[in-house]
Amino acid sequence: MTATLIVLAVIMGGVVFWLIRQTLNVQPWAEEGPIGQDHASGPFSVQPAKVGLIVFLAVAASLFSLFVSAYFQRMEFGDWKIAPEPFVLWINTAFLILASVFYQLARNAVIKNQTAQVKSNLLIAGFFTFAFMGGQLWAWQEFHNSGYVLSGNPANAFFYVLTAVHAAHILGGLWVWSRTLFKLQSIVETRKVRTSVELCAIYWHFLLLIWLVLFALLLST
Amino acid sequence: MAHVALADKGQELAHPKTWIGAYVWSQDHKVIGIQYIITATLVGLVALALSAMMRLQLGFPGVFDLIQPNEYYSAVTMHGMIMVVFMLTAFFLGGFGNLLIPLMCGARDMAFPYMNMLSFWVYLASVIVLCASFFVPGGATGAGWTLYPPQAITEGSAGSGMGIILMLVSLALFIVAFTMGGLNYITTAFQARTRGMTLMRMPLSVWGIVMATILGLLAFPALLVAAIMMLLDALLGTSFFMPAISDLGEVSSTTGGTPILFQHLFWFFGHPEVYIVALPMFGIASDLISTHARKNIFGYRMMVWAIIAIGGLSFIVWAHHMYVSGMNPYFGFFFATTTLIIAVPTALKVYNWVLTLWQGNIHLNVPMLFAIGFIFTFIHGGITGLFLGNVAVDVPLSDTYFVIGHFHMVMGVSPFLIVFGGMYHWYPKFTGRMLNDTMGKIHFWVTFLGTYAIYLPMHYIGILGVPRRYFAYGSLDSFPDSVHVINTSITIAALIVGTAQLLFIYNLVWSLFKGEKASSNPWRATTLEWQTPDTPPKHGNWGPELPVVHRWAYSYSVPGAREDFIPQTEEPSENTKGDVH
Repeated sequence: MTATLIVLAVIMGGVVFWLIRQTLNVQPWAEEGPIGQDHASGPFSVQPAKVGLIVFLAVAASLFSLFVSAYFQRMEFGDWKIAPEPFVLWINTAFLILASVFYQLARNAVIKNQTAQVKSNLLIAGFFTFAFMGGQLWAWQEFHNSGYVLSGNPANAFFYVLTAVHAAHILGGLWVWSRTLFKLQSIVETRKVRTSVELCAIYWHFLLLIWLVLFALLLST
Repeated sequence: MAHVALADKGQELAHPKTWIGAYVWSQDHKVIGIQYIITATLVGLVALALSAMMRLQLGFPGVFDLIQPNEYYSAVTMHGMIMVVFMLTAFFLGGFGNLLIPLMCGARDMAFPYMNMLSFWVYLASVIVLCASFFVPGGATGAGWTLYPPQAITEGSAGSGMGIILMLVSLALFIVAFTMGGLNYITTAFQARTRGMTLMRMPLSVWGIVMATILGLLAFPALLVAAIMMLLDALLGTSFFMPAISDLGEVSSTTGGTPILFQHLFWFFGHPEVYIVALPMFGIASDLISTHARKNIFGYRMMVWAIIAIGGLSFIVWAHHMYVSGMNPYFGFFFATTTLIIAVPTALKVYNWVLTLWQGNIHLNVPMLFAIGFIFTFIHGGITGLFLGNVAVDVPLSDTYFVIGHFHMVMGVSPFLIVFGGMYHWYPKFTGRMLNDTMGKIHFWVTFLGTYAIYLPMHYIGILGVPRRYFAYGSLDSFPDSVHVINTSITIAALIVGTAQLLFIYNLVWSLFKGEKASSNPWRATTLEWQTPDTPPKHGNWGPELPVVHRWAYSYSVPGAREDFIPQTEEPSENTKGDVH
């Protein structure tokens, strides 16, 4: 469980450190009046949706770190047979990096209120994401056809499970992506989709990071 | 700024026009909280009925013949899982969390009301899937609430077919529901507080619920990972957990899987889960005790830090559930040490409750009775936990009734007493009527004394070595006759306590129509939920203006003040100057 403990130690450490710092020299019994923030905002100067997303990313990080921990623990047993990863995964990785890059460009464009660039960059980002998903399916096919079936060996099973759980997260992202695109068609003001483009960009970078970790794990073992 | 609009969006809230919009597909946190509470109570009653059947079997073996051995195992499993996850977790976080966080923080609603509504409906779906498993071929899973493989999914054990599948699907749904709710609780408490409500002015109830939510969000994924992998083992023949099994000469198709991996994943969720239930319980107990002792909570800052410390530590104690599974002795030493360390902030909270009571103006009304009763049961359950945290003591006591007695005291009876205390305390705010006092007092005394009659003898028979999860003990020479007498007496006590809970349900319904009308602040409490313009609060909670907070949540019996409480919303004046020390 070392991998999980490291990830959770970072998350919990951050939470505990932040909370203790917020509460350290405060003497609530001795203070009166509407102190604190000027507005009814929270301690973070960001939108609630962003806080929600960050919390969700912490949940997803916990989930993937647990899978990685399980992977390491299961590997120790004698029946584990190393399977070669399909080469197409390298191409898929490139697709996902490009998707992330174009999402970042879309984000930069939405801040500058450039509607046309937002649309085109979003479309390209979506295209590369779909290419990644198609490539993953191809990798499954290839893996399966080479005789590495799900129930054959725990190493195969982990390959399918890790890629599937990652893909499920991408699908969730694509759903928000399609809604953003749909909204862009029907409304005039680009800044109304600003939040969802910004948050999706963060989500895409996060999923890229997770994929790089998973891919490295699969390659190295 | 966008977030300012969110906190004060009275005009933006979509007020429902129809009855269905207001009470069924509602996005109002209060309605959702009540929906959670009703569902959790109903499924809790199912679990209560299961325990009655188990006790009848154990107390009077062969007399009633209500259930067969396989059904007994299903009952054990479902009782445990329902009570821990679908009842207590849902009640504290979905129920009290929804009701209290926005009101206590001075928000109009949760940060994401639509997702909050979805959270309840997915939770309801998980409960329905879970209850459906009673009716599938083979019955509900009988693997014990820990669901250990290989037994859970090996053909021949109770509910190893559809039963375990539905259990795992139901848990996965619950985790989705919890995640959606949890995002709301955290974001609301951190982002949607009203002006003046600093973190350190939040009542401890909010602290407890929010920290429990953080634990839940990080720990439930472990259960999800375990559930996904076990589903694959059961349905698609993978060998994550399933070792090669030879059964009557037949060798299974699975090879080399490791049940210990499941145990690690399960307890990595399972131990924080204890604190997911305990932290809201701590928070609510603090508020009940302070309010009804008319005294500020002793050591507020220490209480907050204790909640944070317990939250952090709860992730590094899980393997104390696995001493008998075999582990490196140094690991055992490590986990025993962390287990003893986590008792420090917990004990600190107990001292602070007792010191809050010290020289307080104690009002022995029903919520206070439950809160004081909780201090007793929690100390008893906590101390036996220290025994079991030590490897050398745990190994002989493992899987005996001592363990059953311990965890029922610490995370069965104690949280339930606080659930009841909280219900008696906040019922007037959300219904506009008081719960009946006489029925409440009968409910308290029968429950409090009755649980001792049930669980104290369990410690004794546990030390005698009586194992848990047995359908019948027969006439084993190794147990003295007193074990059978005790089992019978435990059953009688359990039936009486169970019946007393029906009185509570009756009280909830009766008081809704016939209860004494409640004023807006019947307990003369300081926190924001008691300062709403309407009782019960309307959609949007606060009328045209959000409240402004001027002080912390515990200004009770302030020297020189006009009354023995100063609401958080009251502006500082000559009368309240005594508040400043």
